[in-house]
Amino acid sequence: MILHAIFFYLFAGVCIASAVMVIAARNPVHSVLFLILAFVNAAGLFVLIGAEFLAMILIVVYVGAVAVLFLFVVMMLDVDFAELRQGFLAYLPIGALVGVVLLAELITLVFAWAIGPSELQAITAPIPPASHVSNTEALGLVLYTRYVYFFQAAGVILLVAMVGAIVLTLKP
Amino acid sequence: MSIELILLAVNINLVAFSTFLGDIVGQVYALLVLTVAAAEAAIGLAILVAYFRNRGSIAVEDIDLLKG
Repeated sequence: MILHAIFFYLFAGVCIASAVMVIAARNPVHSVLFLILAFVNAAGLFVLIGAEFLAMILIVVYVGAVAVLFLFVVMMLDVDFAELRQGFLAYLPIGALVGVVLLAELITLVFAWAIGPSELQAITAPIPPASHVSNTEALGLVLYTRYVYFFQAAGVILLVAMVGAIVLTLKP
Repeated sequence: MSIELILLAVNINLVAFSTFLGDIVGQVYALLVLTVAAAEAAIGLAILVAYFRNRGSIAVEDIDLLKG
């Protein structure tokens, strides 16, 4: 249990630190690499919490595909991001204000909210015990039966995105 | 990249509450958010590449073609 806590704080701390570095790094390539680090740590958090399938999807889809896509585009464009970053500090007060408001809401929620019986009754598909079926199997059992239309819609979204990206970048 | 970070935060939130409440629908929804994030990244980067190819700059201040 203590090991669990140690790993949680390790993953959470590195995740937040690298997320800050994504927006603070001067070199855009460095920010993409920090983004990859943040995703890997989030995948570790998912494993800790028992969502192994989403953790593996995060590694494969994000670290394997999206982050490499970002890296490729950032290197190909070769833009001076330092001049894009001018005026970054001018937005700091309003950004800090939004952050403080969100933090206050979260703190209020943490101290004022408790799981009541009505929330427990509203559960549509309970997580089966891990000794019974694995996380992937449980997810598949729900995703391919009750939420099959959402699954198909996700496929259509990916198809449209693929066709759109090809059309946009195809040289005439 | 910041949008990716925001959507990652949303995913962590969804999965945490899914485990906390013992309801797997949160993880299904996180999967859909992941799909949309990937599609959005691909489209956004394609627009960026097409714009850079046409104008040679992607500074937001320079994008005022519709201003007239």
